[in-house]
Amino acid sequence: MGFDWQWDYSIEILPALLHATINTVIATFAGFAVAMVLGVVFLAGQRTRYPLVSWLFREFVEFIRTTPLLVQVFFVFYVGPQFGVLLSPWVAGMTAIGVHYGAYLSEVYRGGLYAVPKGQWEACKALNLSPARTYLGIILPQAFPPCMPGISLYLVGCFKDTPVLSVIAVTELLNTASVLGTMTYRYLEPYTIAGLIFLVLSLITVACLSMAERRLRKMLGLPDHRH
Amino acid sequence: MTYFNFLAVNSSAILTGIVVTLQIYSLSIITGTLAAFVIAFLLMAPFGPVRWITTAYVELIRGTPLLIQLFWLFYVLPLFGIYLDKNVTGVVCLAANLSAFGSGVVKGAIESIPRGQWEASVALNLSPIRRMRDIILPQAVLLLFPIWGNLLVEYLKHSSLVSLVAITDVMYQMKMINNNTFDAVQSFGTALLIYYLISRLIITPLFRMLERYWGRRIGVG
Repeated sequence: MGFDWQWDYSIEILPALLHATINTVIATFAGFAVAMVLGVVFLAGQRTRYPLVSWLFREFVEFIRTTPLLVQVFFVFYVGPQFGVLLSPWVAGMTAIGVHYGAYLSEVYRGGLYAVPKGQWEACKALNLSPARTYLGIILPQAFPPCMPGISLYLVGCFKDTPVLSVIAVTELLNTASVLGTMTYRYLEPYTIAGLIFLVLSLITVACLSMAERRLRKMLGLPDHRH
Repeated sequence: MTYFNFLAVNSSAILTGIVVTLQIYSLSIITGTLAAFVIAFLLMAPFGPVRWITTAYVELIRGTPLLIQLFWLFYVLPLFGIYLDKNVTGVVCLAANLSAFGSGVVKGAIESIPRGQWEASVALNLSPIRRMRDIILPQAVLLLFPIWGNLLVEYLKHSSLVSLVAITDVMYQMKMINNNTFDAVQSFGTALLIYYLISRLIITPLFRMLERYWGRRIGVG
């Protein structure tokens, strides 16, 4: 079997692959939404006044960041049954992606928080603002824009990491391409089309995110950081 | 069964896994790092078409998931009549990926060397090759060490993906152990620990050391 691209086969499998693309996009956004929330939790945990708690969170984040997502996905998926808890592939997958990217995002959030000048905190204290108003009214609006490039980076990274979920049979793009490939023993078309879909979507996402970032900076009246 | 029992029973599989992981990993980061420098220079080439083709290569790799690249190389290359050993496929894929992601970092480091250094080299009439080799690169490399250390930790993690094309690395061994015993906590937990310890005890300290050594060598810090 040489290199012979079959167009009719490509067109035949395209609907299935496009359907799987929707699942990939859902997995990306669902996983990333969990990660955005967990990132806040991980950062808050590191900023408590109890040294033991913050040390534990710090080490946990470090541990998650230095271990492969693939192992974490397997761990989450197979540990449940060992204790009699059955997780569906989707739940296990979203948990793993959420924790993994949550650890990364907590670092991004921390960077954003440190980017706020110290004088802003002091001014809030001087004005006797409550912690809630300090954070919601003053600090977070300034901490968010510096986070945007990091968040965009990890959103695209998360999108490109969803194929890892195929190992626990989440029916995303790679999983579907593999299933189609094993049915006909033609791997050329499914894998190539899957790769192209990823390429196009990630290029579009990168373009949209950098536009959104510029808009946000403009809206908040911050200088454009591009030269 | 206690954890030590688990380790004792599966020690040979675990050790084989660690050796294979370290082999695949070290080969791929060495070739990938060299390729990253070559690609960074191609990205700065004065000849337009060379730059465009290299940019296309970088964007193609950065825009697609590593796992799909790996499967593509593994399942599709034989159709072109190219039969690579699975270990070679794994190394090629990781190295190509590292070269694409690393080239941007290398290019950034080279371009961030202050203009004065370039101008002084021109004023001293150094040849372009000597300017790059003796003046610019040594300073750029110093900037690169911390970033490269982080990048290589990422690639240790990525290396676990090669288990999916049946390369017998740590991840593969642990999956096999889990298939036989269903001791998920022990098997995958051990895999997590091994990856964590390799990056925490070997890669990160090594790069700190290299950075200090290089700084002393070129007389900074």
